[in-house]
Amino acid sequence: MTHDPRLPGQSEAACGTGLLAALAALAVDAPEGLIDRVAARWVTVQGPLGELRAAFTDHGVAYLRPEPPVPPDEAADPGVAAGAFEAGGGTVGGFAEEFRRLVGRPLLRGARPPAGLAPALRTGRTSGVPLDLRACGAFEREVLLAVRSVPRGEIRPYAWVAARTGRPAAAARAVAAVLARNPVPLLVPCHRVTGAGGVLGTHVLGPLAQERLLRAEGVDLERVRELAGRRVYYLASDTTGIVCLPTCHNARRITPSHRRGFRSVAQARAAGYRPCRSCHPTPA
Amino acid sequence: MSDTDPVLKALQDDLDEGFAEMYAAHRATVFSVALRLGGSWADAEDHTAETFLRAYRALTGYDRERLAALQPRAWLLTILMNIWRNWVRSRVRNPPPDLRDEPVDGVCRRADVEAAAELRETGDELAGLLGRLPEEQRAAVVLRHVVDLPVAEIATVLKIPQGTVKSHVSRGLRRLRTLGGAR
Repeated sequence: MTHDPRLPGQSEAACGTGLLAALAALAVDAPEGLIDRVAARWVTVQGPLGELRAAFTDHGVAYLRPEPPVPPDEAADPGVAAGAFEAGGGTVGGFAEEFRRLVGRPLLRGARPPAGLAPALRTGRTSGVPLDLRACGAFEREVLLAVRSVPRGEIRPYAWVAARTGRPAAAARAVAAVLARNPVPLLVPCHRVTGAGGVLGTHVLGPLAQERLLRAEGVDLERVRELAGRRVYYLASDTTGIVCLPTCHNARRITPSHRRGFRSVAQARAAGYRPCRSCHPTPA
Repeated sequence: MSDTDPVLKALQDDLDEGFAEMYAAHRATVFSVALRLGGSWADAEDHTAETFLRAYRALTGYDRERLAALQPRAWLLTILMNIWRNWVRSRVRNPPPDLRDEPVDGVCRRADVEAAAELRETGDELAGLLGRLPEEQRAAVVLRHVVDLPVAEIATVLKIPQGTVKSHVSRGLRRLRTLGGAR
């Protein structure tokens, strides 16, 4: 086809085989484990409310859903439940499809859960589990990381999360939308985020699950709601001069005789109280 | 490379399982090309991982017809060549502080130490000579003689006529021999 007399096929003998053999010897196999830089693995793992399916990469857990998904009759709001059911996916196929849509990585069967995941889910102390949030948008990631800091046994309003991400209280809706499709519930404890006064929102595992999780952590939802009924959203101690969110561990220690309730942080400030440095009550 | 390719069959049955088969079938080829085109062991790992990830993301949008027409190996290598060319270009624009040309010495990252050992075992010297070929000759020689691709497939990967592939290969070999002889 060409007139080059040194066509590879014709001239290999003339070239000598030494060089060609040496070139062929330069082929190497890909290192073991390189596929885990590309693909995620899925496993099933025991969660606080039953089996979960987790997908993880070399960076951390990227996706976690109940297995089987929340059945429609287990949630208070049938509409919400149906949505959660679809989002959770009924089969490995559904889980894989949702994972593919969200994360865009191949999903292969894993041999065992990543180190630390099972004990973290068992104890609810999940802040040490590495997460892979690379597929999340910037705001989504900020929200998820802010929620990660909410301690076990405490709850925070959506507006609090907005404030922790440096957004106005009006961003609370956007926060709620992000948490309603939290890719890693429990590991990012979105069950600890509620509407003002302990009103439960749309949890990925369903509202019933959220309530059960909070009660298991010792959150007194009735009390939060009862306070909200009296328009008390913050509790202060007149011995320390500090104002807290009601479920803050500092607020729970205030003796009744020294406890004062406030409707807003502004009111508490006006009365001479400073916001707690551990629960960061924010102006609502 | 017809519809009898088991990788294609697997991809059509199940994208994720198919991907695993595609990876198993072509990982050595993609990694060898990535490594021998130039760059460190770690660069080759990055480029290989990126190639397969991009391939997977593209596959999620493919319908059956498009899947059936796929030539996985040539397609993967085309993706790799794009990644590699972009990487070379970005390196020319802002070269890394130290390791500009030749094999890395005295870099203490573990991966690089292993890589250096590996390179020495598998023809450090010849790999270094390859790096001194013009890019198009290097690509042609690596594809033809390191991973043993047929000329027609190389033409597809490099998007040049087969005759040009052949002349790149033969010029590359001649130059390698000259360079090797001169040492």
